[in-house]
Amino acid sequence: MSEAAVGHEDHHDDHDHKPTGIGRWLFSTNHKDIGTMYLIFSLIMFFVGGAMAMIIRAELFQPGLQYVDPQFFNSMTTVHALVMIFGAVMPAGVGLANWMIPMMIGAPDMALPRMNNMSFWILPFAFTLLLSTLFMEGGAPAGGWTMYPPLVTQTGNAFPYLIFAVHFLGISSIMGAINIIATVFNMRAPGMTFMKLPLFVWTWIITAFLLIASLPVLAGAVTMLLTDKFFGTSFFIAAGGGDPVMFQHIFWFFGHPEVYILILPAFGIVSQILPTFSRKPLFGYESMVYATASIAFLSFFVWAHHMFTVGMPLTGELFFMYATMSIAVPTGVKIFNWVATMWRGSMTFETPMLFSIAFVVLFSIGGFTGLMMAITPVDFQYHDTYFIVAHFHYVLVTGAVFALFAAVYFWLPKWTGHMYDEGLGKLHFWLSTISVNVLFFPQHFLGLAGMPRRIPDYNVQFAEWNMISSIGGFVFGVSQLILVLVVIKCIRGGEKATDEVWEGAQGLEWTLPSPPPFHTFTVPPQVTDATAHS
Amino acid sequence: MFVRKLRNYIRGLAIPALLLWASSAFAEYGLNLTQGVTPISREVYDLHMIILYVVTAIGLAVFAVMFWSIFHHRKSKGAVAAQFHHSTSVELAWTIIPVIILVVMAIPATKTLIKMEDTTDAEMTIKVTGLQWKWKYDYLGEDISYFSSLDDRSNSIRKGESSEKAEDYDNYLLEVDNPVVLPINTKIRILTTAADVIHAWWVPALGWKRDAIPGFINDNWTYIEEPGIYRGQCAELCGRDHGFMPIVVNVVSKEDYQTWLTSMKNKPAELDPVKLYKTHCAACHQENGQGLPPVFPALAASPIATGPAEGHIDIVLNGKPGTAMLAFGAQLSNEELAAIITYERNAWGNDTGDSVSAEDVQAAR
Repeated sequence: MSEAAVGHEDHHDDHDHKPTGIGRWLFSTNHKDIGTMYLIFSLIMFFVGGAMAMIIRAELFQPGLQYVDPQFFNSMTTVHALVMIFGAVMPAGVGLANWMIPMMIGAPDMALPRMNNMSFWILPFAFTLLLSTLFMEGGAPAGGWTMYPPLVTQTGNAFPYLIFAVHFLGISSIMGAINIIATVFNMRAPGMTFMKLPLFVWTWIITAFLLIASLPVLAGAVTMLLTDKFFGTSFFIAAGGGDPVMFQHIFWFFGHPEVYILILPAFGIVSQILPTFSRKPLFGYESMVYATASIAFLSFFVWAHHMFTVGMPLTGELFFMYATMSIAVPTGVKIFNWVATMWRGSMTFETPMLFSIAFVVLFSIGGFTGLMMAITPVDFQYHDTYFIVAHFHYVLVTGAVFALFAAVYFWLPKWTGHMYDEGLGKLHFWLSTISVNVLFFPQHFLGLAGMPRRIPDYNVQFAEWNMISSIGGFVFGVSQLILVLVVIKCIRGGEKATDEVWEGAQGLEWTLPSPPPFHTFTVPPQVTDATAHS
Repeated sequence: MFVRKLRNYIRGLAIPALLLWASSAFAEYGLNLTQGVTPISREVYDLHMIILYVVTAIGLAVFAVMFWSIFHHRKSKGAVAAQFHHSTSVELAWTIIPVIILVVMAIPATKTLIKMEDTTDAEMTIKVTGLQWKWKYDYLGEDISYFSSLDDRSNSIRKGESSEKAEDYDNYLLEVDNPVVLPINTKIRILTTAADVIHAWWVPALGWKRDAIPGFINDNWTYIEEPGIYRGQCAELCGRDHGFMPIVVNVVSKEDYQTWLTSMKNKPAELDPVKLYKTHCAACHQENGQGLPPVFPALAASPIATGPAEGHIDIVLNGKPGTAMLAFGAQLSNEELAAIITYERNAWGNDTGDSVSAEDVQAAR
């Protein structure tokens, strides 16, 4: 016993040795603390972006202009998207990666801990830049998150802030991606071969490569916007011999992989949770890995389906139609694998499982409308209508965000050492799932009936469904306060969580105590077939 | 007032519930894509319905299996987990079958797309130009050209200047001052372009939308088989009043179209400065000349509108790069520009007493 105690001190792996005060967070190089900061930041941004969505839905509650100026309305749709994508969903994914990847692969920390600190601390500054534009002369950016020129160059003083915020967000994400790749490639425990990695780790490696390949393209595109506005270049100005459509090509060459950056970690999360609560191994592990890689690879060849209406040559439209349709195949494989994982399992339905099942159903609906849009001649009708708005909110809210909710409920007991309040969790689930469908399903009808997106006011024929959608929106917004309550309650106390937490849990993170000590796996574990992926 | 609002709320909630019972009413409330009035729009509608049925069938099958499993394979019912995790034949099947479905879908889609892109043999051509925030229609070869913007009734409702509410007006935000007039049973080529930012010209009944992009001219066509009035809206975010630049197409018989052409050609040019200002300038600078600072500056007491006339003519002719201020030289005649500039220099207390002539404008070109 005394020998063990001495060893303890020598290795500084006692959790009592963690730094204290504000310095613990400002100068943190600990993957768990940085993961926590990412997750809290993401939750705050989720409410900032959500508040903007509430303003949008309030204005659209009835026909007529009631609350906001059309310019401010456009700012809300623009900044809502930027905050939700770059502030809520992406940092949440990186936060989960920080917390879980080292524990899942048996590593003591991330490979590049100081860069880890920097990639987080860039975010608050980037969002201060972006959100400060709300109080500027000329208002916040209002040209849409896609920043299409020439409209975006009409932005007032906010313009350079927008560009530099995007630059910072890109730098932060690229550093996070480098860190994840370096960690997984170099710090796997002995015996943890690539084909034994948990699927969450796999989806994150692929996401990290997507980030590294696509974000510099975005940085280049916005830099060209900046020089067009301030330095007399004409990359995208037709009058100067430039090409406004070229921006859209460059933007969506980033933008489509970006969509998968948001959703692939969600695929990983669901692939961890469904086997756990089905008490059965994931069906088709190899095909899951290959399907994810195929989706990521194909994502670089489908960008122009976001811009079918710009007037491409027929051959271009055909190419992008076929390429886009082909993505349905690997995506279908994943859905079928998840259903086969549940098939003949022994299922229980705790909150993470409920959110994962909702993910499979509702993400599929988003996938189906995506397939409909791949049919180019019909997309000429769907494009830039509420049908599109419904589609991408199904894949991003009931897809990406629901998977993030599932992940929080799944790993919260591990992080805090306490079980969360299952009753409140289920309440959060049912309220969210019902209201989110009331919110977004009618938007399919609105789009098909002819309502364009990004308009602050509309004809009375669209009134009923907009009102219903807004009611769903308000309920969904308020329901998210339950999540905050659950998280706070769980941090402060509750039933003690076991190491394994869930009966069917498989993988290295569940061999650690709940909560895990400040430093874990300072001695790498030996991974065998029996302890490998769930 | 309150009672009416409440009634509207109740209607908003009750009607969808009723609709679930009266499926025949669904079409009326616009739950689905329009079939439209052209051969292409009907093909597009058919493709939409086919793919909708395909994905619905796949969805129902997959979710049925999943929910059957959720119901039966639960621990509380004593289910014991199987341990299988792989089946090559099943995995091959659910890779190959979707590929076949997609190929079958791609064939009609390709056929329709090829037809949509074939703009040859058009009998007439119009050019549609998007501007912040109105449309301009040019009838090529007919020497007819005019602007089309939101009608006054909608405009005063949305600005809160009218006692009417949006609910009182069936065509709120879907009506214009000058609709585009087209003949039936004619292959019409429609070119789209823009003068400032990107817009998109969309009339659902024609079956497509197409971006209007500065520096580009996009080629489209239509063949409308039923006379009538068809409404649409700008579909690409184009700034503050993106939601307030509708499109109205008035489709008439070939004879009526000829009559309309003649009447348009004999119409004297409008030179009412107040009306010209309202059409071309008031969206940004406002009817009272106060603008919407800081994005759209006021003209009342502005240094440009009260300074030397040359500077004023220059900015109206050539625009101001990097801002929303357009170069109007390409759109309006010398006479129209002179009328507008003279008005701006004398309205809202600017009182410069200047009178700018068409010759002054020509000299500055």
